[in-house]
Amino acid sequence: MALTITAARPDPALLDLPWRLPLEEWPEERLAALPRGISRHVVRFVKLSGRVLAVKEIKSELAHGEYDVLRMLNRLDQPAVEPFAVVDGRISNSGEPLDACLITRHLQFSLPYRALFSQSLRADTATRLIDALAVLLVRLHLAGFFWGDVSLSNTLFRRDAGAFAAYLVDAETGKLYQRLSAGQREHDLDIARVNIAGELMDLEAGELLPADTDPVETSNQIMTRYAELWEALTGMERFDTGDRWRVDERIRKLNDLGFDIDELAITTDFDGTSIQIQPKVVDAGHHSRRLLRLTGLDVEENQARRLLNDLDAFRAAADRQNEDEEIVAHDWLTKVYEPITRSVPRSMAAKLEPAELFHEVLEHRWYMAEQAKHDIPIADAIADYVAKVLPGKPDEKSVLGVDTVELPVIARP
Amino acid sequence: MWRRTQPCVADALYNGSSGTFLPVKEGNEAMATVRFDNSTRLYPGNDKPSVDKLNIDIADGEFLVLVGPSGCGKSTSLRMLAGLEEVNGGKIWIGDRDVTNLSPKDRDVAMVFQNYALYPHMTVADNMGFALKIAGVDKGEIRKRVEEAGKILDLTQYLERKPKALSGGQRQRVAMGRAIVRSPQVFLMDEPLSNLDAKLRVQTRTQIASLQRRLGVTTVYVTHDQVEAMTMGDRVALLKDGILQQCDTPRNMYDRPTNVFVAGFIGSPAMNLLDVEQVDGGVSVGASKVAVDREILAGASGKRVTLGVRPEDLDVVSEGQGIPVEIDVVEELGADAYIYGSAKASTHTEADEDAGERPFIARVDGRKPPEKGSTIYLAPKPGHLHLFDATSGLRLGK
Repeated sequence: MALTITAARPDPALLDLPWRLPLEEWPEERLAALPRGISRHVVRFVKLSGRVLAVKEIKSELAHGEYDVLRMLNRLDQPAVEPFAVVDGRISNSGEPLDACLITRHLQFSLPYRALFSQSLRADTATRLIDALAVLLVRLHLAGFFWGDVSLSNTLFRRDAGAFAAYLVDAETGKLYQRLSAGQREHDLDIARVNIAGELMDLEAGELLPADTDPVETSNQIMTRYAELWEALTGMERFDTGDRWRVDERIRKLNDLGFDIDELAITTDFDGTSIQIQPKVVDAGHHSRRLLRLTGLDVEENQARRLLNDLDAFRAAADRQNEDEEIVAHDWLTKVYEPITRSVPRSMAAKLEPAELFHEVLEHRWYMAEQAKHDIPIADAIADYVAKVLPGKPDEKSVLGVDTVELPVIARP
Repeated sequence: MWRRTQPCVADALYNGSSGTFLPVKEGNEAMATVRFDNSTRLYPGNDKPSVDKLNIDIADGEFLVLVGPSGCGKSTSLRMLAGLEEVNGGKIWIGDRDVTNLSPKDRDVAMVFQNYALYPHMTVADNMGFALKIAGVDKGEIRKRVEEAGKILDLTQYLERKPKALSGGQRQRVAMGRAIVRSPQVFLMDEPLSNLDAKLRVQTRTQIASLQRRLGVTTVYVTHDQVEAMTMGDRVALLKDGILQQCDTPRNMYDRPTNVFVAGFIGSPAMNLLDVEQVDGGVSVGASKVAVDREILAGASGKRVTLGVRPEDLDVVSEGQGIPVEIDVVEELGADAYIYGSAKASTHTEADEDAGERPFIARVDGRKPPEKGSTIYLAPKPGHLHLFDATSGLRLGK
């Protein structure tokens, strides 16, 4: 069988990769990093035409299946890694058939959970990761996606204004349905809980977990976080016709959680004394969409919230509330945001994403002001941050994992 | 209902002299039978059910394999049993409990092999037992179950080691151990071997089957691979388009397929199926007549019937007799050889020149295989003929 490449935008450089070698034997100079992670398959990172790609060796049907699912998730605007290609029909130098490879783009500035735990950490890191995973799971479930293997290792995390945003990395066991049954959602949650507990226990055994974090207790948080969010997003509410303000209230509440309501079902009872409302279609990204519309910046949800708050403060301080929002936003972008994000020396540009840096500088300024007991000009805050804080941060643009034992389940001769 | 024909090894294990008492059945004294009772799954927006009135009774300790081509409803059936799919009609029973509307975690079933990831810093014992810790099982009990499972899985000496020290096959067994220590009433497996390489797949297949028999835990296993189904299951249930075609022992599936679809799906290489005409006292196959019981043919709805004969149930006969087969390929396997060719089985009509041309496979003596390009004559061995109604596809006779 001849080598076949399935890709939306194929890169001819793909042909130069050593497809006749089992992925395990790919020469080091081809790899962007050494083997990492606890994947059950062989996974390698390669550099190709200036980007980093993850290559996973896997049975052909599974590779194509996962490629299709990832494409669908991307089309549905779900937070998942972007599929790049499937390479099939591989043959070794001795003529033996080799498994197919699924190739995905590496998500810039994303962090595997193990990398996060190997840094010195805030005590509540585990909780913040689980919050992010709960949001991801709710979003996927709303879209009709049954994951089947929810875990921290199958997720990548991006910093999001002090919190995290979670992305799905491994969709091998996943499937898209029109709608998920309660049983499917429950099962996914149960899988999540067991996997998270196992992963945290493993960190504990490796002495990487802060001593006051209890794996089982922490893993249980996924259940409550998920249930709260699911109820807020899909729950039915009933109230007297006179309390119509509660419709607005519900919309505002969802906006605060970062969601927009695309469709809200409103029904009254027969005699018209009570109203029942239930969100039917909700969309994540309330703040990030607004920021994108105003400034063209495409950032994570909490970062957007932070930036929008600063934009509102800028408007108030300049007394420009009555002006067109877009015009003020443009001024804010050129006078506030860009000067801060551009003040980072090129040598430190790979440490943090611009929006996250902006968030950090604002935080830093707040701490400085608190200490000095007076306002600090933003320029001083930037200079201090770049001099004292930023150099100590690790590069996070392409973190491909920390060294752990790799345990592929494959037969050895 | 199906019954176990020989005492289950697990029974011996519980009372055996080895003193081994696997905690698997503790607290699970109730019979873990499984029953699909007219179970139906209709996806919203579809006009045909994905699983249509499924009826299967699975005995306590039985290994049942659901098999069929993709989209046949086998995985959906398994997910209905697991509680992952709504049941739109009929019921599902585990033992004497109606579980139709129970949530997955209340059904006492375990999906095996959902996750192969082994945790590198944890010992093999902890890798097997950690889920019990979450469930709040006390340490002594966890230890006991892990040790027993370790014994069954031949992992005792590795329990305190890290998984890095294990071979691929041993890692697989740790993954199995994870399900075993939970001691569910029913194991559910959905294509568990699909992402293993060929060598490990065969190895693990054998391991799962023998392990299941030792544990005696009722198991429902889904695969698209009929070889896997036939080698592993006590019984095999073959589905097509959401409808159960036949549920029987591998032997009966092979010897007595209830319809043309089962006949063609089970067995490798597949059964030869030919469209033939009834003649007095039999059917006309190629140049000759094969005698068939009048009673059998009496059930046919028309003059034409479908004749089925497995590649291994053919004798080479002299020219002018039997079915003429022109050979395209000869595959020599040592003792045997398979020939792949085309048969002129039917007396063709003038309207359709190629009506009688059908691909045909036969197993012949490997020591004197016929030559490629030549024509040989083959006759079905007496008693190894399958006949099906040409319209309904149903088996004629017993």
